[in-house]
Amino acid sequence: MSDTQNGQNRGASRRAFLRGAAATGVGLAASKAAAEGSDPLITEKQEWAIYTGAGVDETPYGLPIKYEGDVIRRNVPWLTADPISSINFTPIHALDGTITPQGCAFERHHSGAIELKKEDYRLMINGLVDQPLVFTYEDLERFPRVNRTFFLECAANTGMEWAGAQLNGAQFTHGMIHNMEYTGVTLRTLLEEAGLGAAGDLSDKWVYVEGADASSNGRSIPMEKALDDCMIAFKANGEALRMEHGYPVRLVVPGWEGNMWVKWLRRIEVTAQAIESREETSKYTDTLADGTSRKWTWVMDAKSVVTSPSPQSPIKHGKGPLVITGLAWSGRGAITGVDVSIDGGKTWQKARLANEGQSMALTRFYLDTTWNGEEMLLQSRAHDETGYVQPTKAQLREVRGENSVYHNNCIQTWHVKANGEAENVEVSS
Amino acid sequence: MSKFLPKLTITTALVATLAMPAFAEKLGLGRAALPEEIAAWNHDISPNGEGLPVGSGSVEDGEMIFSENCAVCHGEFAEGVDNWPKLAGGDGTLADKDPLKTIGSYWPYLSTVYDYVRRSMPFGAAQTMSDDDVYAITAYLLYSNYLVDDDFVLSNENFLEVEMPNAGGFIVDDRPETEYTIFTEENACYENCKDTVEITRRATVLDVTPEEEGTETVTEAAVVVEEAVEEPVDTPAVEEAAQEPVEAPAEEAPVVAAMSVDPELAAQGEKVFKKCAACHQVGEGAKNRTGPVLNGVIGATIAHVGDFKYSKDFTAAHDEGFIWTIENLTEYLHKPKAMFPKTKMSFAGLKKDEEIAAVIEYLKSASQ
Repeated sequence: MSDTQNGQNRGASRRAFLRGAAATGVGLAASKAAAEGSDPLITEKQEWAIYTGAGVDETPYGLPIKYEGDVIRRNVPWLTADPISSINFTPIHALDGTITPQGCAFERHHSGAIELKKEDYRLMINGLVDQPLVFTYEDLERFPRVNRTFFLECAANTGMEWAGAQLNGAQFTHGMIHNMEYTGVTLRTLLEEAGLGAAGDLSDKWVYVEGADASSNGRSIPMEKALDDCMIAFKANGEALRMEHGYPVRLVVPGWEGNMWVKWLRRIEVTAQAIESREETSKYTDTLADGTSRKWTWVMDAKSVVTSPSPQSPIKHGKGPLVITGLAWSGRGAITGVDVSIDGGKTWQKARLANEGQSMALTRFYLDTTWNGEEMLLQSRAHDETGYVQPTKAQLREVRGENSVYHNNCIQTWHVKANGEAENVEVSS
Repeated sequence: MSKFLPKLTITTALVATLAMPAFAEKLGLGRAALPEEIAAWNHDISPNGEGLPVGSGSVEDGEMIFSENCAVCHGEFAEGVDNWPKLAGGDGTLADKDPLKTIGSYWPYLSTVYDYVRRSMPFGAAQTMSDDDVYAITAYLLYSNYLVDDDFVLSNENFLEVEMPNAGGFIVDDRPETEYTIFTEENACYENCKDTVEITRRATVLDVTPEEEGTETVTEAAVVVEEAVEEPVDTPAVEEAAQEPVEAPAEEAPVVAAMSVDPELAAQGEKVFKKCAACHQVGEGAKNRTGPVLNGVIGATIAHVGDFKYSKDFTAAHDEGFIWTIENLTEYLHKPKAMFPKTKMSFAGLKKDEEIAAVIEYLKSASQ
């Protein structure tokens, strides 16, 4: 007779109802019928309106309510040999707005997420600097701070789709992405503290960054980028970074592939050349049709995806008013517009941006429309401030061939059926 | 007066100011990094050999070291086990439909091999090998790719003489020329962009999307992901097999059942077990990984997990009826290779007796 039990049952039966409605395409009719008779949720006194709820200290740090328990990161176990060196996916199909909550923002580890205390944290700057330095976490908090919002996208996001439609859900096709507001110190501030006089001409210098975990992930960043907008972040969305995102300190490399955003950052070295580490030679490089490979393909080009409706977020309400929504982003600046097609790319219409595009951050778009109940081949297409327009997979293959898996920013198609269900498909060009 | 004493750094910073906009004033935070601290962390190696330590290692030694430390995942011949990375082969496949990218076929610089092995390998025991051992492993990896002979010795002296087959196979990102000029507003179509639209491929045909509760079977077509994430699965058969419950030999059952557990010690052991968790799982739902599932290991005959491929030492001991006790497991965990020289477990051992006692207690508790 507890309200908890009551809630659980109601949640379960409501979901079952919605599933049934979606499957038979009578969602609209059913909800109208319920409204014709009186609604017991209104006419009968409900337990939650009679008895008291949870006290203030019941959850000192809150998690989402249990009815949202399916909005979680998920992995694709067959992708990797072991979850310690693996990836999972943000449930973008179930989120709205642009900020990704840390608790469901995707994870990618090469040797597992480590528990590193602030007290045990050290950051070294060495190499071609005037004075090699060591900072504690406390030191970092004494430098002037900045707050900036950026997306982080793994270079492999949508990579599994390169050879053909494969995974059925926006979470799996596009979920290696998150968008957070970071608080920290600019990399420039720290480099200047160590002094760059010893580096001489900075135009051909590099900054090598490395993590403290057992993978010792290391990447080379051109000095120009390092001094431009990179950040040493210790907070995300207002609170400490999560362990899985590099607590206590990670690097932020706006607009560039996620592997460069080194977690548990422990060392910054100014060098005269790129180190050509494993992650910038054997991985995250793009092999073209003739067998040569592109390297240093750091920037993530403009891209978008409809997050709803989508395979994990079918239309459950039948025909009539429908909100089509999705995300767009570009590593080369702000999103200036998003087009949506419901006929597989024959015609395009402009979607509404929820807010003006922010450089190198996620932009939410909406198309407020009326669904006639017919099948749709739903696509979105991003435009960024450089004048770039998101290409189709066929256009990308034309340039890159069929073996270039990383950095796949192609237009995605969902086949929305008359019953509201959606499937990941590829269409003719 | 003294606080205005110019430091050497100020002079050089002024020079840099000319080249760079507005250098901020230093805050004097942090402290000087000591030479021995830099030496302890500064291990990256450049393609020109900068950073290579003095040392050497032979193919012959490398074969043995690789077999002991690496082969459990990468295979005795660097051919890769299950979906762990293949390190050898693939010569001339880069323009093929599914190229095999290995050290021999793809990696442009040998420095990357040495750098990566020294800093990041072996998985679960990174940064524990000597510089000479890393030279030996690097030499063996060259040998396994037919790039050197079996009497080859690699050292910091001859390192740059080794030619990597794909050294010339990379170009710097050319998207500005090849893509940004095509994917433009001018070329974007809005109306009558194509006559017909056909669905040419469906994800549900493959059926590789995970269900909410677990994994689906992988069809062969799923292998197209090959390099999207690092270690793609070729066949799910191994994983599936590992999920089946382990049948324990009849004689061990009573021993485990009778064991009492100290919960506090077991909790400490759970923390210690993190060192093992890269390769081993224990408890409900545990599966074989790089190492076998450890449920019920205490009191069991050695090599008791039927579907795990143990070392020759283990299978021989199994045939002799060797049973894991707290005593011999303590000895083993102290220095695994001293007890079973050919054990596949690359872990060096737990130094502290308290850690060993705790982890054994945890294994007991997690098995129940």
